Amino acid sequence: MAVSEQQRLSYISAQAADARLAVELQTEEMTLNLGPQHPATHGTLRIVAKLDGEQVVKADVICGYMHRGYEKLTEVRTYPQINTLINRIDWLSSFANEVPFILAAEDLMEVEAPPRAQWIRTLFFELSRIANITLFIGEMGVQLGAITPVFFAFRDREYVLNLIEEATGGRFHPNFDRIGGLKDDLPKGWIAETKEAMRRIRGYCDELEDLLMGNEIFEARTRGVGVIPADVGLSYGLSGANIRASGVDWDLRRDAPSPLAWKELDWKVWTHPDGDSFARYWVRLQETREATLMVDQLLDGLPSGPIQAKVPRIIKVPAGEAWAHTENPLGEMGYYIVSQGGLGPFRVKIRSASFHNISIVPWLLKGVYVPDIITILSSLYFILGDIDR
Amino acid sequence: MPDIPGLAKGLGVTFKTMITTWTKGAVTVQYPHEKEDLAPRTRGVIALKEENCTVCMLCARECPDWCIYIEGHKEKRPPRREGGKPRTVNALDRFDIDYALCMYCGICVEVCPFDALFWSPEYEYSESSIADLLHDKDKLGEWMVTVPDPPALEAGAAKKK
Amino acid sequence: MRMLAIELSYWPLTLIKTAIVLMVIPAAAVILGYVFLLKMMAHMQSRMGPMEPGGYHGWFQLIGDGIKFIQKEDIIPSEADRRVFAIAPLVVLVSTFLLYIVVPAGPRLVVQDLDVGIFYALAVSSLSVIGILMAGWASANKFALLGSLRAAGQLIAYELPLVLAVVGVVIQANTMSLQGIVHAQADGAIFGFGLIGNPFILTQIVGFGIFLAAAQAELSQSPFDMPVAESELVAGYMTEYSGFRFLFFFMAEFGTAFALSAIAATLYLGGWYQPFFKTGIMADVMGPVVLGAKIMLIAFLIFWIRFTFPRFREDQLQTFAWKFLIPLSLVNIMVTAVFKVVL
Repeated sequence: MAVSEQQRLSYISAQAADARLAVELQTEEMTLNLGPQHPATHGTLRIVAKLDGEQVVKADVICGYMHRGYEKLTEVRTYPQINTLINRIDWLSSFANEVPFILAAEDLMEVEAPPRAQWIRTLFFELSRIANITLFIGEMGVQLGAITPVFFAFRDREYVLNLIEEATGGRFHPNFDRIGGLKDDLPKGWIAETKEAMRRIRGYCDELEDLLMGNEIFEARTRGVGVIPADVGLSYGLSGANIRASGVDWDLRRDAPSPLAWKELDWKVWTHPDGDSFARYWVRLQETREATLMVDQLLDGLPSGPIQAKVPRIIKVPAGEAWAHTENPLGEMGYYIVSQGGLGPFRVKIRSASFHNISIVPWLLKGVYVPDIITILSSLYFILGDIDR
Repeated sequence: MPDIPGLAKGLGVTFKTMITTWTKGAVTVQYPHEKEDLAPRTRGVIALKEENCTVCMLCARECPDWCIYIEGHKEKRPPRREGGKPRTVNALDRFDIDYALCMYCGICVEVCPFDALFWSPEYEYSESSIADLLHDKDKLGEWMVTVPDPPALEAGAAKKK
Repeated sequence: MRMLAIELSYWPLTLIKTAIVLMVIPAAAVILGYVFLLKMMAHMQSRMGPMEPGGYHGWFQLIGDGIKFIQKEDIIPSEADRRVFAIAPLVVLVSTFLLYIVVPAGPRLVVQDLDVGIFYALAVSSLSVIGILMAGWASANKFALLGSLRAAGQLIAYELPLVLAVVGVVIQANTMSLQGIVHAQADGAIFGFGLIGNPFILTQIVGFGIFLAAAQAELSQSPFDMPVAESELVAGYMTEYSGFRFLFFFMAEFGTAFALSAIAATLYLGGWYQPFFKTGIMADVMGPVVLGAKIMLIAFLIFWIRFTFPRFREDQLQTFAWKFLIPLSLVNIMVTAVFKVVL
């Protein structure tokens, strides 16, 4: 499973040869702008790379092209309105964005959602994880030139999106979590459909394992590329699958206290010792499968009961400060709410995973070849809405 | 059996998919000719039941985008019982929702205390100019016929009182 | 030439043949593009492909696209070298056209059956490298330049396995002329069973594999499509081209795919030969049909590989050519030569 010594040495010797050639030929550096409009960056991210031949000498990440001013917006909105808006931070796994905010607000109001609500929240959280990561698994293929897996991703993701639509009314932006519980209960027949959908997603994971992960060309393109040592990753604040692929066994679902139902389930945290792009892909594929198994367990053990605790009609959160964080599909996401009483918060700080994940890009891109820039960026997996908020 | 190399397995997957799509058709719904069956809770468009609206302005206030424009006036109605005072009632003049701004979040539907707003899965209401997306109360009332009944709930849900 | 009882002298005949080839190139591009690029790719991706244009399964899509491209504005970047920019697609298209001259479609249906047929074809197919370099340089765009430099390196590297794989066939057929190779396969026999002749794919299976891989690289298709790496360089050397100039590149790409598939069919599958109508007018009628079927088969293989695999990185690509394909093709030549002398 580890990167073969021969591959690693051949990559290093190729880079050394290029560096020697550069010194001998004294060629001029070229500035390549992987600009805001580019198929490789997932959205409007700009990377200014100084190239020497095909090697990157220095890379700068310029984000902010999609800044929508979320934290300022939250200062002039009420809690239900903010819940609607924050769905759109990481738009692929929107339910997962609502959860830490609601947990922080419930912390301040000292309200606890009933167990059925917590279990269904966990259910939707894992469903949004599946919706998000299945797209990554297909989309990394596109960045590397395999155009077929992404269509399978969209085809099989539809099952999950349809499930979310049946229960909440919205495919991408469910707006389902409420302080004290959830908006509605599950419609009839949903549990059976979800089990069927999870079976399909597992089939999709198997298909992608055959099509892409087992492919020798894919391995040659990703093994040994973009290696992040564990200590460097931790010092840059990486989270999620990025750090688990470097061997760090850290998952907030297991390691941080949370009222959601993860502790009740029997599941496994996947890590990989290599820290290269292949490891990040592998970890996410396993996590998707694990998420489907968790969904099955949640469906089997769903407690009955009310879906919403007693909260006043007009929500006024008492003064105080609260922090809540969860293991979102992209990494660790957290909200720090400062409240001074009132209908809306005084200030909300949003800690989004991708913003910290891409902080390692300048360090990581030094010395890599141009095609590998694409591999590394796509393996880090960021969503622009998450970076820029 | 020898280990089939990953390259061959990948070729097998695409070939199988091709045959499956060729013989059984794709999963896509061929839109203009076939329409998709949407879930009853789908947030397609907001419909207004004018009789229930009391112009309390809660929906317009709670909308994150402020896309609901309401105007009303007070008028006197005959008393409910004989010998009583005439009642003052809010009458609705204008209830416009600007669907160019609407985020389809559902706060207005949820917040309405008199059940005057409903979700409907109707989605074919696109216009050729943005200004035409400001729908008035007649159009919103027309959509009431498309509002489905709320679906039955799963086992284990608490009964609604 | 006596066909249909009309005796034509050289120049009118050549004009007619040239006109036919000029009509075949766009037709081939459209057929290959529609069947494989639009429909087969769609089915492999679990979708239907174009369904609306033309009513039945969207057959009009590519033709409509062609018309759309022709009527677009001719945009040339202000920094670009105008003349070179304009000529580059024509150079690539001309190299495609020259390929069609030697491919035989029937016992008498060939524009000019040269004695050095296959040698000429391979030589002429490498002219497209010049066109690609011109396109990348004249575009005044760093991405285009990167793409064309990668293309030049790749195309030159993969010329060698292409040529060496063909040498095996030439040894076995004793001639370089394509008609001669078809006749050699037609007249041969598999262990005395002479019904379908002796298609060289049976003995030259390794050479066939090498030829397909090298042809894939010559066409800049995945897994060798670094020059046109869509997700990195937008469209590589073709980035700045729009309108009818892009149409020329597109036609050249699919025209070359058709021509290389035709050459592969001729070298390895027996070309226009079918065992039922060996002479007479029926051979000339069935020849193109059979050749067309064999071309579709080989194009299917080429495009199947294109839609399934991710792309190689440039250095991995070069390693694959120099350290794997070329030694393998040299071994193939040696083995073929030994068997030719012994048997």
